[in-house]
Amino acid sequence: MSIIVIGLNHKTADIELREKLAFSDTRIPEGVQGILNLPEMREIIILSTCNRVELYLYGDSAPETPDKVKLFLSDFHSVELDRLDRSLYTHTGLDAVRHVFRVASSLDSMVLGEPQILGQVKDAYNRALSMKSTGLMLNKLMKKAASVAKRVRTETKIAENAVSISYAAVELAKKIFQDLREEVFMLLGAGEMAELAARHLVNSGVKEIVVSNRTHERGCSLADEFCGRAVKFEDFKHELINTDIIICSTGAPEYVLRLKDMEGVMKERRNKPVFLIDISVPRNIDPKINNLDNVYLYDVDDLQNVVDSNLHERQREAEKADEIIDEEVAVFDKWCQSLDAVPTIIALRKMADKIKKEEMKKLSSKLNGVNEGDMKSIECAVTGIINKLIHPPTVALKESDEDRDLMISALTRLYGLNGKEPVD
Amino acid sequence: MTLLFELTLTFYFISTILGIVELIKGSSATARGLIIFSSIGFLLHTIHVLFRFFESGYIPVTSMHEAASFFSWSMVFLFFIVEYRYKIGLLGAFVMPLIFIMMLSSSIYPREIKPLSPVLQSYWLGIHTILAFTGDAAFAMACGIGIMYLLQEYFVKKKKLGSLFHRLPSLQILDEINYRLITIGFPLLTLAIITGALWAESAWGSYWQWDPKEVWSLITWLIYALVLHVRLRAGWRGKRAAILSILGFIVVIITFFGVNLLLNSLHGFV
Repeated sequence: MSIIVIGLNHKTADIELREKLAFSDTRIPEGVQGILNLPEMREIIILSTCNRVELYLYGDSAPETPDKVKLFLSDFHSVELDRLDRSLYTHTGLDAVRHVFRVASSLDSMVLGEPQILGQVKDAYNRALSMKSTGLMLNKLMKKAASVAKRVRTETKIAENAVSISYAAVELAKKIFQDLREEVFMLLGAGEMAELAARHLVNSGVKEIVVSNRTHERGCSLADEFCGRAVKFEDFKHELINTDIIICSTGAPEYVLRLKDMEGVMKERRNKPVFLIDISVPRNIDPKINNLDNVYLYDVDDLQNVVDSNLHERQREAEKADEIIDEEVAVFDKWCQSLDAVPTIIALRKMADKIKKEEMKKLSSKLNGVNEGDMKSIECAVTGIINKLIHPPTVALKESDEDRDLMISALTRLYGLNGKEPVD
Repeated sequence: MTLLFELTLTFYFISTILGIVELIKGSSATARGLIIFSSIGFLLHTIHVLFRFFESGYIPVTSMHEAASFFSWSMVFLFFIVEYRYKIGLLGAFVMPLIFIMMLSSSIYPREIKPLSPVLQSYWLGIHTILAFTGDAAFAMACGIGIMYLLQEYFVKKKKLGSLFHRLPSLQILDEINYRLITIGFPLLTLAIITGALWAESAWGSYWQWDPKEVWSLITWLIYALVLHVRLRAGWRGKRAAILSILGFIVVIITFFGVNLLLNSLHGFV
């Protein structure tokens, strides 16, 4: 018996295959039931996101087991087995554990360190819990995966810096201004990317939103959307005196904001800092403006460079994260091995209980006229003796790592514990 | 007493090293270590200052050894206040070296307590020096914050957004703290100069004698007056304000060391 992962992700399968194999919410119970109908399988969780479909299984680790699961998937989703086989990966035992930890920690994600995956893993687990399709092993695995993901998040900087242009812009704004809620923001033009960046900025909260567009009607409707105020395009320069953050993408073929304009604005502003983001190509803001004191101008390439270096940084952090995961896999391994001792411990306890019951019966037939209270005290004492005798070997079995097998066989022979009970 | 001083010096040294490590590697453990070690150092330092106070009977600022030690004590004190108020984790890395060097320079001067000349024995001694040193310590913090501002400004302007960029606070808050510190330091310095003049009148019979220390204090005062003036009048903030606050502190240091060592001054501790 071991933990098995069978699945595919964005690296091994194209979107078409991923779509075909995805489990819709309504079909997951069906899939779970189908797998549990296989005699080899004890526990299952299905994780189905747009980038990956994975089955987390606990069951018979015989070499033909994965093929049976694949055959089921091929039937279930009506995909040829051949095609499926090329894209599916299988991990068993500790490799499977490591894989689950890496997925939950977002080390296997398309965008390294993206935060959604942990939530998706937790959702998949909760769904499995409500279907009661998990047991001891997968419960432990999922709880551990969540705590490993948390550890990776706090001990490395894998999720720290922005990896999209719009987030990079927000991040920069927060290093220029202390509190965005006190700043006035202007969206100049209505390019798609500018709108997206504006949305991120607005979501992190700004004091006031101003929209200015060459066609005023479009500007007005955008302003409504952002709960802001529309300004005629001819007037936007005047508005700059009160504006702290500007995202610009007008589609104009030339500069709409020149050095001289900005010099005047800065004088009027008494040098209060301004952050300009020029997303338009060709550029709409004269790059020389960046040379002015207290003016910070970023264009698309600048932001892209920021994103690239942040991604690079994340990759370096991923190496640290893998070290953490190695540690945690070892801890999990230790826990699995300690399970080997469970049947022996149970057998020992059963034997002790049996002896107790028999002896108590004998005693009560011998002693006549002992009242119930005294009998209770005697039973308590007997239970105490038994527990104290059993406790040290139990602890030793649970905690010893190297000679556990030896101890199990010794104990089995010493007490004659032949009938090994299965773990349940 | 010597042991107390050496221990303080050691703790400040460890804090400085931790600060440098924090600057390079950016781990929260070193940041916490810096606060812990500098707190212990500060505690020992306070005991040391109190010891000297009770032994001589007046505030221990009457030799170069004592003055430099008291100066760095005031800086640590102000550092804790700024840290408590604004929680700028990295500030320690920028001001601990300053504090350590000041303490180190204190250690090379003779340490014996000499009797104070009778003309200087006055309540003005305590008032004047505490005002002067607290003001100077505020300027020291403004200098540290100014350096942080210039670094962060450089990163944002040149688009070099490394790990230090992410750990430094926003430009706006650095500029704000810098301004706040100077508005605290300036009135203290002003009062120090006024009380100094009153004291001079009672001790030497004249308010102002164009003594080098007095002249340099005046220069310091003018520089910080300029910093405040151009900020309020012409909106000189950010980079220019940061540069001026660093320049200002250099003049403070010249006033403190240069004048005592190189020029013959009434303030000399001979």
